[in-house]
Amino acid sequence: MRPFRYGRAADAAEALALATAPEAKFLGGGTNLVDLMRLGVEQPAFLVDVARIDDRIEETAEGGLRIGAGVRNSDLAADARVRARYPVLSSALLQGASGQLRNLATTAGNLLQRTRCSYFQDVTRPCNKRAPGSGCPAREGEHRNFAILGWSSECVATHPSDMAVALAALDAIVETSNRSLPLLDLHRLPDNEPERDTVLEQGELITAVRLPPLPFARRSRYSKVRERASFAFAVVSLAAALDLEDGIVRDARLALGGVAHKPWRAQRAEEVLRGEPATADSFTRAAETELAQARPLRDNGYKIHVARNLIVRTLSELA
Amino acid sequence: MTVVSRSLGVALDRIEGREKATGEARYANEHLHEDVAHAAVVQSTIAKGTIRSVDASAALAVPGVLTVLSCANAPRLQAHDEELALLQSHRVSYRGQIVAAVVAETIEVARQAQRLVQIEYEQEPHDVELRADHPRLYRPERVNPSYETDTEQGAPDGALTAAPFSVDVTYETPSFHNNPMEPHAATAVWDGGDTLTVYDSTQGSAPARQTIARVLGIDPECVRVVAPHVGGGFGSKGDVRPPALLAAMAAQVVGRPVACSLTRQQMFDVTGYRTPMIQRVRLGARSDGRLTAIVHDVVEQTSTLEEFAEQTAVVTRMMYASPNRRTTHRLVRLDVPTPSWMRAPGECPGMYALEAALDELAIALELDPIELRIRNEPDVDPETGHPFSSRSLVACLREGAARFRWADRDPTPGARRDGRWLVGTGVAASTYPARMRPSEALARREPGGRFLIQVAAADIGTGARTALTQIAADTLEVEPERVRLEIGDSAYGTAPVAGGSAGTASWGTAVHLACRRLLDSDETEARISSEDTVEKREPYSRHAFGAQFVEVRVDTETGEIRVPRILGVFAAGTIVNPKTARSQFIGGMTMGLGMALLEEGILDPHFGDVVNHDLAQYHVPVYADIEEIDAVWIDEHDPHLNPMGSKGIGEIGIVGTAAAVTNAVHHATGIRFRRLPIRLDQVVEAWHGSE
Repeated sequence: MRPFRYGRAADAAEALALATAPEAKFLGGGTNLVDLMRLGVEQPAFLVDVARIDDRIEETAEGGLRIGAGVRNSDLAADARVRARYPVLSSALLQGASGQLRNLATTAGNLLQRTRCSYFQDVTRPCNKRAPGSGCPAREGEHRNFAILGWSSECVATHPSDMAVALAALDAIVETSNRSLPLLDLHRLPDNEPERDTVLEQGELITAVRLPPLPFARRSRYSKVRERASFAFAVVSLAAALDLEDGIVRDARLALGGVAHKPWRAQRAEEVLRGEPATADSFTRAAETELAQARPLRDNGYKIHVARNLIVRTLSELA
Repeated sequence: MTVVSRSLGVALDRIEGREKATGEARYANEHLHEDVAHAAVVQSTIAKGTIRSVDASAALAVPGVLTVLSCANAPRLQAHDEELALLQSHRVSYRGQIVAAVVAETIEVARQAQRLVQIEYEQEPHDVELRADHPRLYRPERVNPSYETDTEQGAPDGALTAAPFSVDVTYETPSFHNNPMEPHAATAVWDGGDTLTVYDSTQGSAPARQTIARVLGIDPECVRVVAPHVGGGFGSKGDVRPPALLAAMAAQVVGRPVACSLTRQQMFDVTGYRTPMIQRVRLGARSDGRLTAIVHDVVEQTSTLEEFAEQTAVVTRMMYASPNRRTTHRLVRLDVPTPSWMRAPGECPGMYALEAALDELAIALELDPIELRIRNEPDVDPETGHPFSSRSLVACLREGAARFRWADRDPTPGARRDGRWLVGTGVAASTYPARMRPSEALARREPGGRFLIQVAAADIGTGARTALTQIAADTLEVEPERVRLEIGDSAYGTAPVAGGSAGTASWGTAVHLACRRLLDSDETEARISSEDTVEKREPYSRHAFGAQFVEVRVDTETGEIRVPRILGVFAAGTIVNPKTARSQFIGGMTMGLGMALLEEGILDPHFGDVVNHDLAQYHVPVYADIEEIDAVWIDEHDPHLNPMGSKGIGEIGIVGTAAAVTNAVHHATGIRFRRLPIRLDQVVEAWHGSE
């Protein structure tokens, strides 16, 4: 690991001032960044610790919740308001990582964690995300757990977060030091700049995540498919909320994880569902409409089946 | 007269449990703190070729770096085994091979500078893929450690052709990697320039001393290897591994103690692994289920540096009765690291294939798989003709069947559904040789009616320290509290590695003999070797046996496989300590579950190495994967083993488990998966095709 300086910011203003130092990075819980520093993938000269700036969860005037960037994953999952009003978020958090990691990991850090692609994490191999222009060995190499949606010839990696998938379904708003933007616009598809995971600029600090009120999110859940029963990244995951009236879908929120470079909001599926009866038939049509745009790699076509079945199952369980 | 209760068979708590739980137990890099420098290894980034140049200037410029060792300047070694000829050659024989080591004031500086060592290579095309039709397959002289490569009895080909029922099936397994909690690590200190102490994470301090001395070209009398606590090994610490030698070399160069440890990622390359395998099993049977032919042909890999030939089909020579039988092993030398021991080398992969094939035969015969095994019980060891010292396989199968409610099982594959889950059960037999090796031990009277026992045993988390204390206490007829057992030090004499499930039998016999000698003499100290006792053993075939029963649930929507129930029934002679024994059985079965469903070294042929080299990507089972698991054993009194009447238990748990799981998956789904691990993508593709 390259030697680095460390500073702890008391508030956002101090964090931003500190972050003007060359090669500075913000540090949350460090559960991913520190690993990547050990691997030589990240080599910051200065770590600005922002984990303690804001760890509050507060009601918003509009009736939602504002989650400070430093709120720990375990605290967010356990919050009674989150559990009652946004169960999909609590569940997504609890199905991610391990208890020890959730105790450290912060809300903003979770959003900004990087892909766990084998090639990205190994500095002895090419990777367009880590070393732009060096190539993507995953295209022809090991990619069974990689993207089926939205990938580019430059990068086929997936975003690893469970929490972000739930937030994508909940239309969360990300507050940064200089703007507010929908969470759906925070993460990017790789296109020809896979080195950029998000639209954030250098030195831009996530200060909070805002959950708008969504009454029907009380009927929401997070389903995660993985090889082992715990402590594994998703093969495919789904955050889903259903608004039902007399057996008819009034509205729906669906987001897939483990399938793309960003949390994949399944808007085409949502459109199909609106106004339709809450039946397995509708759910299947919605899933297939969304997945019609999937482009599997050589070895990950199975994910399409898994995703389709997971959508149908999860919606059936909610209905 | 004081009545002393027997210690053998008592569930004594692990003696060093408190020490370990409170962090007092010292591991290989924790013994010395003053003046210790740290070494980090640099690995090759090509799979085959030559080192053209090593430029260490950038690394040396980092403050705190003491030296960089490479083929350009490393002390000369006298290694005959090329995996231990560290930094001795310009040749690169696999990706990840150690090509340099950075020695620095701290581990952090060493690892920082490690990436700054610039190495230029002359790269050559590599060949890293095992194939059954590889043109360079060859027949090794022997298989590990010294078994015959091929055997043939009767006329298996004719018998297969004539058999009314037969199966001809091929199973493939990937590389499997040992991942003990404590990485391979060592701290070396030279005293006065010519005597060396190595605190090593090793499964055998005495053999390690011999190897280290030989490779360094010094007298074994000048080397001491110390390993009181070892955080797991599974076989990967049975040989001397690079950290011990690099620490010794570096300590010599920088003139102070040096600690060297591997990262988790490096362990995948330089600590051995179980070779990928392609196993073809052919079975012929009469309509009553009696086997008429068994043919087991194994294809596996080794490196270009050294030959390691896993004895995969050896178990097939003794397991079941059959008048006609052939077993073969073929290897190919690839540009890969040298495979090595991993829990139950030979028996574990061999029994996966044999026991899965037997399940396939049972289905072809429409015969219960337990009954099929019972009908093929041999009277004597089919290979040697020796009587079994004891053989309780049938008892294990019957006991397990009763406990698992096997009689209620509908044999029809793919017929049970519970909601979205397909449910199935499977069984497999298990076995492992009951070996014993010579060892020395010392027993000494101490004041206050206490005793000191010294034996160069290794406790790699197995409970050996506790079991040996019980054996000593029993022989001495005192309470275990009166016995102080010292292990893990080559100064205590010769002793075998913790391997081959032979630790307790080997060290325990020596401890027993030393204690007996002490009791029979007026001396304060008795030092013995068990060599004569081991040599004089009568010609029996000695094996532990067992059976695993597994229930699986397969998600029809996602292909996820979960395992709600695992039961192992074992017969392993006297169980010295039921508490630590249960952990061994359960641990072995858990590892077998990982082999069946999760573990897989994923080779990228372009680079030539395993890409998923960490525990976030190479999955082993976690607690949530284990629901109901139990291990029980049946009473077995075998007078032909050793003074304790015990058989080894460290490995038998993993043997058979993967077959039981895959047999259960077949029973659940009706699909026979013949490639491990059965990941959910395989299941989904079997149902839907690969899109």
